[in-house]
Amino acid sequence: MLNELLNFTCKQLRDKIAGGSVKSVDATGAVLDQIEKLDPDIGAYISTCREQALETARSIDKKIANGEPVGALAGVPIAVKDNMCTSFGATTCASKILQNFKSPYDAYVIDKLTGADAVIVGKCNMDEFAMGSSTENSGIQQTANPWDITRVPGGSSGGSTAAVAARMCFGALGSDTGGSIRQPASFCGVVGLKPTYGRVSRFGLVAYGSSLDQIGPVTRDVADSALLLNVISGRDERDSTCVSKDIAGDCDYLAEIDKPVDGLRIGIVSEFNKGADADVQKAIVAAIDVYKQLGAEIIEIEMPHFEYAIAAYYVIATAEASSNLARYDGVHFGHRTSAPKDYVEVYSKSRAEGFGSEVKRRIMLGTFVLSSGYYDAYYLRALKVRNLIRGDFTNAFAKTDCIMMPVSPTTAFKKGEKTADPLQMYLADVYTIAANLAGIPGISIPCGFDASDLPIGLQILSDVFTEDKLLRIARMFEAKTDFHTKTPTVIA
Amino acid sequence: MAKKIDETQVRKVAKLARLELTDSEVGQFSGELSAIIEYIEKLNELDVEDVEPLAHCLPIHNVFRDDVVKPSLDNEQAIANAPDRHDGYFKVPKVLDDTSGA
Repeated sequence: MLNELLNFTCKQLRDKIAGGSVKSVDATGAVLDQIEKLDPDIGAYISTCREQALETARSIDKKIANGEPVGALAGVPIAVKDNMCTSFGATTCASKILQNFKSPYDAYVIDKLTGADAVIVGKCNMDEFAMGSSTENSGIQQTANPWDITRVPGGSSGGSTAAVAARMCFGALGSDTGGSIRQPASFCGVVGLKPTYGRVSRFGLVAYGSSLDQIGPVTRDVADSALLLNVISGRDERDSTCVSKDIAGDCDYLAEIDKPVDGLRIGIVSEFNKGADADVQKAIVAAIDVYKQLGAEIIEIEMPHFEYAIAAYYVIATAEASSNLARYDGVHFGHRTSAPKDYVEVYSKSRAEGFGSEVKRRIMLGTFVLSSGYYDAYYLRALKVRNLIRGDFTNAFAKTDCIMMPVSPTTAFKKGEKTADPLQMYLADVYTIAANLAGIPGISIPCGFDASDLPIGLQILSDVFTEDKLLRIARMFEAKTDFHTKTPTVIA
Repeated sequence: MAKKIDETQVRKVAKLARLELTDSEVGQFSGELSAIIEYIEKLNELDVEDVEPLAHCLPIHNVFRDDVVKPSLDNEQAIANAPDRHDGYFKVPKVLDDTSGA
């Protein structure tokens, strides 16, 4: 039997806890029990912090009992992807090279969560260094999709989305470099938001592709997504790419979440949809019909450079990764090989032993495209194509409020189905990657199920720094449908 | 068809990346990376002659702040994760004996 406390959204739970009708320690206990019950089969958590979570919950309950003011997530149990540094427990990035790494500081988003009185319950599994689309590249453990445990949860934030779907937390943070929040959210039937690049500080996020990485919320509904974005966004002087309020705007995303966007103009590229499985196509068409019934205007747009996004991405992201991951040198932190014959081996053997094969593949590709003689042909050309892709979006948003398309061409695939051919795995990112190259925000919301009862996600993209509008558009659909209220049978 | 990146090149790139690969990994990466690079060459279909490269999607510029000392990690915290240490320093094998020229 599901503990009924677990049915509350973050917002509902926070209001109950702040109002004194529910104790955080009970909600936290329910989450920890749920983890104990389900996580042996799901594998969403790399680590949990039971005692610390209960202690935090008790201290928040005490604050409330004393009539002290509490934050926007008071007493709400939240999980974070294990590439966000925490000064408690380990921060592994699901890599053997960081298996015993204990961060001396908290990431900005951790500061923000604890500042809002959230209760952090654990750290979620992911593809190693966030490189992957199925969480199968984790060097620590495998994660199952709560809707069908023979299938992947998507990736790379698959632990975060599986934890939310299986009610093993009320909300979670993921990170999105090429779709790593949106695609697993779609596979797990939850809401995943990638904010505008620069909206959320990357301080304390283990770097993969620094010009693409962005942290965002994974939640059960759109209002919770707005609530979490309220908490984690904002200027941070420790991330020079984190944008100030005069550029990024400053608003309460939750305040007008139920206000529909008047005269909504939705851009679509009919051809894109045809690349998806029949069930996915059907669900996307039906979702857009819901918006039509709400009075939205559908505008056919052209995005001539969209099809080059995967090629450009795997040059740019791997180039940045090869540089970022140079810091794993066997000297400062992380794994060191046991008997190096010289200092070069400290480097090359420690890395060989610590990194998994996808990480090695991307370091190799990134090093190659940056190497002498190939830089102009690959890296520079990819940066130019990135500009063309951004131009496609600029043109599209001149005449639309948002663009809608699938999140992924398929629903959750079987474990092991795509691991043999890395290129095939990359090609599955076709719909999500362009948003990262252009820096725009994107959201995945539940919009249907396929013939096997696996969730399908609708992707909505909007212009930079328009998350307020994006969330309202997403909420318009959610208010008219009940897909987001469906739950996997595993939790019943 | 010739591979986009043969085993000799894989070994060269691995050396640049300070990544020791087994012989079987060299063969595997030669095949996989060649297929990926062939796909990436799709970018050659586009004329980018007059296009500016975009390294960063938002306008970024240098961020300055006053030169004021702020709290930072102390020595013990900074080296707490080091695999080997000595007297508050990171410890590594001797560098001067190395004659490989790497």
